[in-house]
Amino acid sequence: MIVFFWIVAGLAIGSAVLCITRRSPVASALWLVNTLFQLAAIYVLLDAHFIAAVQVLVYAGAIMVLFLFVIMLLNLGRGGPSDIKGPWGRVIAGVGALVLLGELLVLRNVTPPWSLQLPPGTVASAVAERGAVRVVAEPLFQGYVVPFEITSVLLLAAIVGAVVLAKRRL
Amino acid sequence: MLLGPSLAVSAILFSIGVMGVLLRRNAIVILMCIELMLNAVNLTFVALSQQLGLDGQVFVFFVMTVAAAEAAVGLAIIIALYRHRDTVNLQRINLLRG
Repeated sequence: MIVFFWIVAGLAIGSAVLCITRRSPVASALWLVNTLFQLAAIYVLLDAHFIAAVQVLVYAGAIMVLFLFVIMLLNLGRGGPSDIKGPWGRVIAGVGALVLLGELLVLRNVTPPWSLQLPPGTVASAVAERGAVRVVAEPLFQGYVVPFEITSVLLLAAIVGAVVLAKRRL
Repeated sequence: MLLGPSLAVSAILFSIGVMGVLLRRNAIVILMCIELMLNAVNLTFVALSQQLGLDGQVFVFFVMTVAAAEAAVGLAIIIALYRHRDTVNLQRINLLRG
């Protein structure tokens, strides 16, 4: 399983690097779709089957189609001259990313307190016992029902905002 | 078992996303890099949910909702900008620079 994990993780990281270096926005978007699919595979390995399905449906299926739609609508598919910044921009971006990467990798060594940790295998046994959807749906519709409802207001605001911004005149 | 490697992959993906935001001038590609960063955070949530309880997977839903809303509004702003300036290159969209 760990071998499969590293294959998938390598594909995800490689696709992400290609995503930020391709000149054409369409190529970038398709490499990002590839990254999202590999992340869905990692979610399956982490016993989050339902999240993996939602990842493919919502991210790769809906959000990235929206991106591709806008790229095609604005006719940016051919790429044109490179939009990557010059040498100084590259140095700043590389140093910034490396510093951030170092910080995040150091933070990885922090272990949460024992009182918060579940015994190993709890999530896997809960998924096997109650099903992949139910383990997510129960907290979502019981403990987090108010944030869930507020999310619908957020989506409504986003719909209205997108229509108002993109429409020529109301 | 996979917690450490997952957090490492998440850190690498987040850094790649930050690098993309700093490196590119195309507004659509920058939005895609932000999506990449949000996905790295989602991976952290899912990886830690194995150890700290299933609430992490619920939070992934909220992050995805925010990402969808952000993509819709951001792309609408880009369409409005393109209509006025005929470009999505952020170097040439400098009205507020003074």
